[in-house]
Amino acid sequence: MSDRDLLLPVASATSGGNDAVVAPHASALATLWHLLTGSKIAMVGAAIITFWTVAALLAPWIAPYPPNTLDPAGLIYPYPSAMHLLGVDHLGRDLLSRILWGARTVLTVAPLAVIGAAALGTLLGLFSGYRGGVIDAVIMRVGDVLLAFPKIILYLIIIARFGASALNIILVITFTAAPIVARIVRAVTLDVKNRDYVAAARMRGESPLYIMFFEILPNTRGPLIVDFFLRLGYTAVAIGVLGFLGIGLPPPDPDWGGMVKEAYGMIFVWPHMTLIPAAAISSLVIGFNFLAMGLKEAAQDG
Amino acid sequence: MLRYVGRQLLNMAITLFAVSFLVFMLNELTPGDVARKVLGPYALQDQVDQLTRQMGLDRPVYVRYIEYMGKALTGDFGESIVYRQPVAAVMWDRLRNTLLLATVSFAVIVPVSILFGVLAGMRERSRLDRAVNVFSSVCASIPEFAMGVFLLAVFVVWLKLLPGTAPLTSSGGWPIWSQFVLPVAVVTIYDAGYLISMVRQSMVDVMRQPYIRTAILKGMTFRQVVTRHAMRNALITPFTVILLQLNYLVSGLVVVETVFAYPGFGRMMLEAALAKDIAIVEAGTLIAVGVTMFTQLAGDLGYMALDPRIRV
Repeated sequence: MSDRDLLLPVASATSGGNDAVVAPHASALATLWHLLTGSKIAMVGAAIITFWTVAALLAPWIAPYPPNTLDPAGLIYPYPSAMHLLGVDHLGRDLLSRILWGARTVLTVAPLAVIGAAALGTLLGLFSGYRGGVIDAVIMRVGDVLLAFPKIILYLIIIARFGASALNIILVITFTAAPIVARIVRAVTLDVKNRDYVAAARMRGESPLYIMFFEILPNTRGPLIVDFFLRLGYTAVAIGVLGFLGIGLPPPDPDWGGMVKEAYGMIFVWPHMTLIPAAAISSLVIGFNFLAMGLKEAAQDG
Repeated sequence: MLRYVGRQLLNMAITLFAVSFLVFMLNELTPGDVARKVLGPYALQDQVDQLTRQMGLDRPVYVRYIEYMGKALTGDFGESIVYRQPVAAVMWDRLRNTLLLATVSFAVIVPVSILFGVLAGMRERSRLDRAVNVFSSVCASIPEFAMGVFLLAVFVVWLKLLPGTAPLTSSGGWPIWSQFVLPVAVVTIYDAGYLISMVRQSMVDVMRQPYIRTAILKGMTFRQVVTRHAMRNALITPFTVILLQLNYLVSGLVVVETVFAYPGFGRMMLEAALAKDIAIVEAGTLIAVGVTMFTQLAGDLGYMALDPRIRV
């Protein structure tokens, strides 16, 4: 803890915030760059994510084969070779090409779903915790009903009813994750709203909106920043899980979870067909989580 | 306090009804499917229609819902079309298996998470904190199905030390306890990775508070500060999260159960939903929802008991 922290109100000291994060004049990109270069682990995470992002963007040009072309002859030697750098899958499809195209799927669906969930959840949690009363009861009740559903059942019902499209997966993840974000924000709000500096703001005559967004919201920044990037990771996992359970994006387009599922039965004979997509999704999620961890630390250091 | 509990229990009842009605509606919107599922793809449409009438599926949804709930309250959840048995029989069996796996996992996860979370968070940026942080982050990052196949490749395919499936029968030549090792390992690695980072973060926040500095300046040993002042406060925020893991451990085990062919509740729900076995899906959803709501109530009460500043 630096001496500077002791001079600040408890809220600023505990939120682990730094002026760079909220500085209104610095551009978001400049801030992010500043934070990134401040942490080794964030750099590692960013490198992994950059790698997969580039792979996803360039997949149509750098993939050596079309991702869905069957080649039974490839099964004569399915292991990594000069012809197929990562080998082929159980239908003889080039694994490297399918991994590259699979990156496109997850890197489109996951960020969209998480942004939706974070925005919706923060808004609901703030209002719920600060206002209390009927608003709180209604928001929390609706959230409870959504949270009360086992996620997988919600996925199944909706996917069985409306089909496994990318949009449906995004919507399902947004609505199942938003109540969780809301609970986190609400818990912090409840904890903070009885503190002296909030009472002081109220006595100064600040509006409820000002108090919510400028006195309380900064306290949620610590947990929320962590949650946002961790949630990107979780969402990538969720997409993989849906694929693994056979209710993800429909085949034949490559999706890492689905690739693990398809090759799983062959693990005793050709383990690489299962292990390579499993490693791909693991590395992507590790990238997200390292970035989350590092950014948080860098934000605290300033 | 009693009024609060009473109100929450009422809320639970209302939510359960809302959920059961929603699931019933969504599943029953296509009544023809049930009869078709029973008779198979080669049955004539006439036969399907006849069975639909026989099963009473042509009556209005609300009539059937009231009838269903009436029976459900007495423990009769109807007949499963996939397992060809009463739903209750299949479900309690599977639920018991899952609870067994969940209990063993939970008993490992909670102490491990609190221990490592507190150790890492009490001295932020120490070497121990770094190591725990990176390790738990990696653990929480690897999806269960990926960790499942990694462990399977090493311990089953390569070392041949453990069984690759956990059917809970000893017919495969492996003792039952050995079948638990890999599933519990996968659940623990994944979930503890997440919980450790929650506990650590909370601990870090608490250790930055002025009253901790006061306690240190007062001359207390670091150990006393951590155990008497910091831990109690640091465990408040993760408390809800820890309890919410119970939900994960009831319905979220579907992946682990699928990887290791474990006859549990989650896998039953997946199979039922894929096969449109509506009776099972409805009953299972009610059970899972009940567990969730109960956990949430327990979480709220515990939260209040731990933090006197929060009052209802």
